[in-house]
Amino acid sequence: MTLSEFDSFRPAEPARRRRQDGKRGPGRRRDNGDGSREMPMVPEQEFTSYYGRPVVKPAPWGDDVAIYLFLGGVAAGSALLGAGGQLTGRPTLCRNARLGALAAVGGGAVALVKDLGRPERFLHMLRTFKVTSPMSVGSWILSAFSAGAGVSAVAEIDRMSGHRLPLGPLRKVLQAVEGPAGIEAAVFAGPLAAYTAVLLGDTATPTWNAAHEELPFVFVSSACLASAGLAMVTTPVREAGPARNLAVLGVVGDVVAMKVMERRMDPIAAEPLHQGKAGAMLKWSERLAVAGGLGALLGGRNRVVAAASGLALLAASALTRFGVFEAGIASAKDPRYTIEPQKNRLAARRAAGVTGDAITTGS
Amino acid sequence: MGQLSGPTDPTADARWEHSHPRKGFFTDTSICIGCKACEVACKEWNHNPQDGDLELLGSSYDNTGELGASTWRHVAFIEQGQERIIEARESGRALVNLGMPRIGPPTQSAPAPTNLAEADTTPPDTADFRWLMSSDVCKHCTHAGCLDVCPTGALFRTEFGTVVVQDDVCNGCGTCVAGCPFGVIERRSNGTVKVATSREEQHANHPEVPNVGIAQKCTLCYDRLVADETPACAKACPTTSIKFGDHDDMVETARERVSALHAQGLTEARLYGANENDGVGGTGSVFLLLDEPEVYGLPPDPRVPTADLPRMYRRAGMAVAGMAAAAALAFLGGRA
Repeated sequence: MTLSEFDSFRPAEPARRRRQDGKRGPGRRRDNGDGSREMPMVPEQEFTSYYGRPVVKPAPWGDDVAIYLFLGGVAAGSALLGAGGQLTGRPTLCRNARLGALAAVGGGAVALVKDLGRPERFLHMLRTFKVTSPMSVGSWILSAFSAGAGVSAVAEIDRMSGHRLPLGPLRKVLQAVEGPAGIEAAVFAGPLAAYTAVLLGDTATPTWNAAHEELPFVFVSSACLASAGLAMVTTPVREAGPARNLAVLGVVGDVVAMKVMERRMDPIAAEPLHQGKAGAMLKWSERLAVAGGLGALLGGRNRVVAAASGLALLAASALTRFGVFEAGIASAKDPRYTIEPQKNRLAARRAAGVTGDAITTGS
Repeated sequence: MGQLSGPTDPTADARWEHSHPRKGFFTDTSICIGCKACEVACKEWNHNPQDGDLELLGSSYDNTGELGASTWRHVAFIEQGQERIIEARESGRALVNLGMPRIGPPTQSAPAPTNLAEADTTPPDTADFRWLMSSDVCKHCTHAGCLDVCPTGALFRTEFGTVVVQDDVCNGCGTCVAGCPFGVIERRSNGTVKVATSREEQHANHPEVPNVGIAQKCTLCYDRLVADETPACAKACPTTSIKFGDHDDMVETARERVSALHAQGLTEARLYGANENDGVGGTGSVFLLLDEPEVYGLPPDPRVPTADLPRMYRRAGMAVAGMAAAAALAFLGGRA
């Protein structure tokens, strides 16, 4: 259809994609809706978009947030190991886990603040408490956790430095609250590891939202195996037994939760988890987790094997977080992942006779 | 905190004690001429900077692209051929045949409807062809994803039932950007404001990019509403495609308009956002569209993510319990 002599100046139109097998299923269609070429007459389940532009906007978050997802998990698991070491008389494990928790949560908090549009206003996070906002709930969890992790770690630093920290009369206070502070951090450890999954799930970003049922299990498992990995790196094998156990449990949870998540998610919204950079990262994450878990299980009493397994587990957790993060961002950037699952669920509801809850109405 | 989903009065949910009626837009795209006066009026009134570089996007007459931090009205242009028009007419007819439940008595159709389905609507000198033009805007949802997830309280529900960012409170965390099912709100990162040459001496008073790093979106001209004025876009619209008023009146007007168009045989007309039982509890900005919503870049079945939040918290609670159990098992179990 020629409209005018100036048509030759139009930019090239994106090539139309077809399924390789030639079947017309819920495939994608990039026809621009402009009538410039033949269109199939069965519009149902076909994919149309406005010039291929995204419908939802990706979160304006950089790698800092993915780093925080990782470090927050490391901190949370470390606080649990620290409290366990404290209660079961494993002073080295307790010390290393407490220091690890403080370092991780400190680094994570810096990454979070750095990612804000207005970093100087980071304290605005604490000007209210909103249960509908996972970010608000998480800010309070992070603050409460940091208090306990900070106090218990400072007590360790004071002990390591031969009581040289300029604490004066506060040293007695510190030594008195050190134990309770470690337990307090452990109480907030689980919420710290899990809230980030709710934070991602409670968005309109297709892949994250579709994953909201299982993502908390993936994230706490990832936190367990990462913190256990850190403890296996830092702590002699004699005291690292619980870390090895936690590593194995974390790996099992991580692999199982990830599989269940991918199976229960909307199949289209799950695609970004298998494609591109995110797909590669998640694939390697699983391999490293299994390798690290096997290392902890079979060779964890060898210092070298334990350290290598620990590093593999840390890398696995980082890759899980970056992979899930990247998959979500990618899903928001492609309108297909917003439009197709929504059209499918709308059609499914209509087929089931539910017609009263569509945003588009004939009257 | 009010309810998280379903029909409700958002103003009452937000504990406003006085009774301002909820305000909203009705954007009737069937009479939009794509003049973009709304875009200009919005930028002018709200002092919104230029959005990125000036460039031709190759999408018909739309070189604005999308709603964003500095673009609070966006006119979409879609060019369609005869086949797509027929498809749209069929999909619209299917919607009518679904027999959506509605509130109140059925409205009388327009007097003496003339059937325009067969009418020659071809613009001069073009083949079988139509242009869809639609001015998109923030939906001011009954259950606003952006507002729900905002951690600082920067986003709030006004007495008019609209959703507004307080730019002196927002710290630019970006959660709202991901929380909006319509892709409306955005964190401002670019743009420049140019002061007219005649007022060059005022340049120092205008930062090059105001509110950078802060989430920005349509306020439904909150500053004009409190002064009992019409929002800038509706005021500027030359064809009354953008109507502004009490939300209930807007929905009623929209329903009358769509039934009038149906009576004329234009079954492609359908409403978007007028159903309070939808995934966002109905929108404050109601649209009359002439094709499927995704054609205009609107989501076909948006759902406010917070509707599932109680479930997500429960699942997270189970995960926390699992993590605690794993840690306990790690210390108490064998092998250690």
